[in-house]
Amino acid sequence: MPPPPPPHEDVVHSEPFLRSLMRRQLSLSIACAVTFLVVLLGLPLLNYFAADLMATRVAGFTLSWLVLGVLFFPFIWIISWVFIRRSIALEEDEVKSVKR
Amino acid sequence: MITPLAFLNGVDPWIFTFSLVTVVVTIGMGIWSARTSKTASDFFVAGRSVSVGWNASAISGEYLSAASFMGIAGMVMSSGYDALWYPVCYACGYLFLLLFIAGPLRRFGAYTIPDFAEGRYDSPVFRKIAVVFVLFIGFFYTMPQMKAAGTTLAYIFPGMPYWGGVVLVGAVITLNVALGGMKGITLVQAVQYWVKLFAISAPVFVLMAVFGFYNGQLGANTAPGEAAPAVQSVERKPLVPKAPKDASWIAPFGPLTTKAVNAAAATIKDDAARKAYLEEHQRPYSLLYTYSLIMALVCGTAGLPHILVRFYTNPDGAAAKRTTMWVMILIGVFYVFPPIFGVIGRNLTPDLYSGIGAKGTDKVVLELPTLLAAKFGVLGSILSGITCAGAFAAFMSTFSGLLVSMTGALAHDVYGRMIRPEATAAQRMSMFKWCAILVGGIAVILGCFVEPLEIAFMVGQAFAIAAASYFPLLFMSVWWRGMTMKGAAAGMLTGGLGALVAAALTNVATLSLDPGPMGKVFAGFKPMNIFWAAHPLLRILCEQPAIWAVPLSIGLMVVVSKLTAGQVPGNLRKKMLVLHAPEQLGLKQEYIQDQAGGAGH
Repeated sequence: MPPPPPPHEDVVHSEPFLRSLMRRQLSLSIACAVTFLVVLLGLPLLNYFAADLMATRVAGFTLSWLVLGVLFFPFIWIISWVFIRRSIALEEDEVKSVKR
Repeated sequence: MITPLAFLNGVDPWIFTFSLVTVVVTIGMGIWSARTSKTASDFFVAGRSVSVGWNASAISGEYLSAASFMGIAGMVMSSGYDALWYPVCYACGYLFLLLFIAGPLRRFGAYTIPDFAEGRYDSPVFRKIAVVFVLFIGFFYTMPQMKAAGTTLAYIFPGMPYWGGVVLVGAVITLNVALGGMKGITLVQAVQYWVKLFAISAPVFVLMAVFGFYNGQLGANTAPGEAAPAVQSVERKPLVPKAPKDASWIAPFGPLTTKAVNAAAATIKDDAARKAYLEEHQRPYSLLYTYSLIMALVCGTAGLPHILVRFYTNPDGAAAKRTTMWVMILIGVFYVFPPIFGVIGRNLTPDLYSGIGAKGTDKVVLELPTLLAAKFGVLGSILSGITCAGAFAAFMSTFSGLLVSMTGALAHDVYGRMIRPEATAAQRMSMFKWCAILVGGIAVILGCFVEPLEIAFMVGQAFAIAAASYFPLLFMSVWWRGMTMKGAAAGMLTGGLGALVAAALTNVATLSLDPGPMGKVFAGFKPMNIFWAAHPLLRILCEQPAIWAVPLSIGLMVVVSKLTAGQVPGNLRKKMLVLHAPEQLGLKQEYIQDQAGGAGH
């Protein structure tokens, strides 16, 4: 079954539209991923080079254990919440720019 | 008691009842929903009509396997801090999935990864290549579920052999899948998430209230550089000789990541030379191990076939993104609890360190609530029953999900498209049932071999294979327009098979050291351990292959695609638009036509 003809076919199917569509979503994704990866990949480095600091006791936990076993989860929730809000806003913006 | 029922000796009635109820309710829901799902489309992806809340619960229910429920607690107990990477990365893998894959994949309108592979590259041949990994990853993932089943049943029925539990549970779930399909499973999985969350958290709260909180239990371990434990008020039983020392257990780079170097050092006779060797190699190698493990788990989540198929049950790309966020919240909440079991277990049930196979640390989740039974009688038995019910929910739901994916691949791709494309709907439906029985049978046989391996470790291997095969395929196909079918196939096959062989070699070598019957079966692989003792770096790269397999896979995809640049699939702009444009623009189309309408026409 062929899809219904999209509105303003020329705009939607143009190369610049696709390029901007992919670039905007990808740069948002990459910004979020970098924030996340810096923390995720930085933690082993801290454990390696600042072992004494990471072994500091915080209410019975070692600092390293507290960060990885407890605090890491809220951190990724925040990133995903920011991403979803921005990403859905981007999409609405794209739809608006085509329908205008 | 009569001899055939001898295995019922010493069974706690509460534990037995709770477990039985879980199994019966699960099967009941399967049968009930089988009556409401009639078409093949219902069987494969639940008619694509599942709300965000249900879908997020169902994905979480399916994802939280025996590795999460029992394996993580066991591994935290046996290896300490390093094992924490497992729960954390199981959860953050979804972030990668959310950022790069979830929305576009749903928009493309294909059912499964093989569908996507065919649609994106216009190549039925590529589908056949892609479908193979559903089976590879699936079988690797079912092995730890089977170990959990064997362990739990051996715990409930002290007289039952490990393989008995594997066969019994495998048979029950296989039958359930053959009768119910996935529609049943969506409902069952969603309910099972909440069962699992309750079953892991309720006993933890009671245990902490009675024996001391998380921080206190952890504080009872002496960290490196401390003269005495930070908290000394918590009850603690003496550690057995096989248990790791406090300092290496609570700090990073402990027994899990230093195993290979320690084995290598053990072959050095001279004390001073051994010390120097450890000094030089131990920490750098464990850092490498840690990074490879992180990479496997984070990338692997985004390439698990039984999870990805669930994203097609979202109504649109935006819903797929919302679902992913809710999944992260649901599983994140869950993953705080299993490590607590491990920490308490180290203080209160240290004898588990000397147990092997089904009697080892992997059963700490089941064992701890019985301590309450000694103090509080029936209440303790009830809590024990609840954790057993949770364990059943864990391996049943994941095993069912895997079985559906693998059976779908066999019935839908291998039979329906390769062997007999002209098969009628009725033939396909009956083939689905036979394939379920075949796949379930193989999974049970594999499960019988893996008793000596740790549950969480085996799941990690399945992730490594997914990370090196499906993750690069999806990530690159969605974001890079220059990919060709040959590039995708070359990267996926080389990386995925490389990781598969490496993981399998590690397993057979470990099995050859088992003092039980498996040691005899795999005795031929013993020399490999001697080789690895001489080359600990190679051992780490085999045990955790992601760090070379993922870049290899992506690198090959780029190189081969550049070499075959003339073969970029036609109509590319249209495909990229479908992947990335919001649905409101009206570009969405169901790529694989005959499945979109339901194969049941």
